Amino acid sequence: MTEYLAGRAQMGTSLGFHIVFASLGVGLPLLLLVVEGISLRSKDPGWRLLARRWSRAFGILFAVGAVSGTVLSFELGLLWPGFMGYAGGIIGLPFSMEGFAFFLEAIFLGLYLYGWDRLSPMFHWLCTIPLALSGGASAWFVTTANAWMNSPTGFRLDNGRVTDVHPLQAIFNPGTPIETAHTMISAYLATGFAVAAVYAAGILGGRKGLLVGLLLGSICVPLQIITGDINARWVADNQPAKLAAMEGLFKTETGAPLRIGGLPDLSRHDTRFAIEIPGGLSFLAYGNARATVRGLDAFPPGTTPDPRPVHLAFDIMVGIGFALLGLAAWSLVLLWRRRRVPEGRWLLRAVVASGVLGFAGIEMGWMVTEIGRQPWIIYNVVRTAAALTPAPGLVISFYVSTAIYIVLGLVCGLLLLHLAAVSRREGEVKVEGVQV
Amino acid sequence: MSTPALDYSVAAILWLAVVAYAVLAGADFGGGVWDLFARGPRAEEQRRAVTRAMGPVWEANHVWLIFLITGLFTGFPTAFAALAVGLFLPFSLVLLGIVMRGAAFAFRAHAAGGWARQRWGLAFGIASTITPFLLGACAGAVATGQATRPGRAATDLLLSWTSPFALVCGGLALAICAGLAAAYLTVEQDQAGDSELAEDFRLRALAAGAVTLVLALVALPLTATTAPDLWRGLTGRALPLTWAAVLLAMVAALAMLRRRYRVARVFIVLQVASILLAWAVAQTPYLVPPNITIDGSASPPEVMASLLITYCVGGALLLPSLALLFRVFKGRNPAEA
Repeated sequence: MTEYLAGRAQMGTSLGFHIVFASLGVGLPLLLLVVEGISLRSKDPGWRLLARRWSRAFGILFAVGAVSGTVLSFELGLLWPGFMGYAGGIIGLPFSMEGFAFFLEAIFLGLYLYGWDRLSPMFHWLCTIPLALSGGASAWFVTTANAWMNSPTGFRLDNGRVTDVHPLQAIFNPGTPIETAHTMISAYLATGFAVAAVYAAGILGGRKGLLVGLLLGSICVPLQIITGDINARWVADNQPAKLAAMEGLFKTETGAPLRIGGLPDLSRHDTRFAIEIPGGLSFLAYGNARATVRGLDAFPPGTTPDPRPVHLAFDIMVGIGFALLGLAAWSLVLLWRRRRVPEGRWLLRAVVASGVLGFAGIEMGWMVTEIGRQPWIIYNVVRTAAALTPAPGLVISFYVSTAIYIVLGLVCGLLLLHLAAVSRREGEVKVEGVQV
Repeated sequence: MSTPALDYSVAAILWLAVVAYAVLAGADFGGGVWDLFARGPRAEEQRRAVTRAMGPVWEANHVWLIFLITGLFTGFPTAFAALAVGLFLPFSLVLLGIVMRGAAFAFRAHAAGGWARQRWGLAFGIASTITPFLLGACAGAVATGQATRPGRAATDLLLSWTSPFALVCGGLALAICAGLAAAYLTVEQDQAGDSELAEDFRLRALAAGAVTLVLALVALPLTATTAPDLWRGLTGRALPLTWAAVLLAMVAALAMLRRRYRVARVFIVLQVASILLAWAVAQTPYLVPPNITIDGSASPPEVMASLLITYCVGGALLLPSLALLFRVFKGRNPAEA
């Protein structure tokens, strides 16, 4: 493994790890806001108990998210000093703003977690509002920075020197609206299905959690597919090489087919074994089945990403999106017709799967946008390899950090299961007769 | 606003954030130190007191570090990049410590049994001890201009932060964190009416103060001989702050001896602030000596102005929220259930 690959791999694992906790940090406050809000109005004590149980798990998840996010803020410089020295002034501002959002989230989380008996119920519920707002704002700010890496604007290059910097133009770069929307919805979607899955799997008992999670996830799925489609068309216009990699399109084609699945073969310059829908790609990208779509061969060598992981990750993400759409339709129809929370065995199994699939979709989406941008760290401006630190030992650093993430992930998972077991026992003893 | 005024305003805010991180998160690290060294018949009560004190606030305290890092890479990106290269290994180890400390603290609170709780407690204590030591050593490397000295190969991972001066700075940081934590815990136990625990932490605060004094006495000749630029700053432009640190430390120690816990808490905070600000003033105009200045590494004025506006707007949201958090958990709760 080269130092360069180790640096990229460490950044990738760090992001891939953090994004799970960060997404829950965006989604869970919204669910807490809803559930505890209901508990203020409802006579059913189950709603309050539900919020209280989730808040314990959220305490652990947020702590892991906070420390893994700290790692990322350092790693931007530790691994890519050539990027931060160059781009810090242009795109540091949203990170600084995110710092405030994170500050507020940590403060109101402290109040929320430890304030159950110290704050009035109304005041306690009110804490979920800044919690949910700052969680969403964090995601928005951070994603603007990533959008800028895809469509760098707000500065001029004068003989290799950065001049004429406009930080607001950098934040509101052309990629921002659609990328931030797609990312934020993904967080709510994955959180919703993950919560529902916990109940569908019987890790926690009761129907309220299943209902709330399933509703949130199901509402998000169609929105996510719509923003995904807009996003892909944006990529077609602004990052054509990424689109070619996503679709496994080696040669420029007029009336390009949509290739579903298949394996991009670098030596044959072709994506083999794919299901082809004639004109499909041209239609999806440009609204015209006869449009010309540029393939990887349209770009100078050494300026395009490896289509193999990008195409695979893209197709898995899209596949997950449509599978979840099916689940959402299925459960919403059942809800509507039977007026109660569905509990058929096959539906519950599908919900359990959706809890994993939501996060798998997020990971795949990040791989598409990050690997699809290569070999650039700032699209068409700075190459990733040029930004790498000269410090040695990146391979060791990668192995050590990966080992820590694995241990942390495992411990966190086991601890949440233990917490759920405790909750179940408490539920049996303390609140007999209360359905939660 | 002129460009230097913008640059210096942002730098001043970042130095104040260093102070905030030291006196708030530093005390959380110190809490972990006392968890690790909990001794005597009330060892378990001491640990519980640490957990109670840290629980609601440690994550918010920790964010000062993020505030600092993001402010540094937005306002002074080349300084950040140089530090990240020059201190690659100690920063990586600091991250390891931060991850272990935070995760272990959260995991311990919900651990399945006594054995697991002890193991996570141990991890929490060790990480809380190593991290401030490393941060202090990094500060020592920066202050002596070793972190980014030109000509030093990037492949040299150890040299800059393992000089005798840097190691003494690490020890000082650790002793100061422990002293802060003990001083805060004394007040909180006294408030809770537990005079025995308060006495435990009072003795620990005095012990930490004695260690700080010894290390400071070792650091003085080391500074004069191995860090002449820093020495000139501390005994020149920063002299009032240097003296202030000495006097405030004496008042804090005296107050602690006479069991004036609240007075001691105020003075130890002021003491730590004046040490850090003395360092800041001593090395101005350099942000990272010997060659990265505040003006020279600052982002363009448009960025610095946006950053200042962000700090004003963000601060208007942040400071009242922080005040609420500390009032609810550390003072008279205004939103009583």
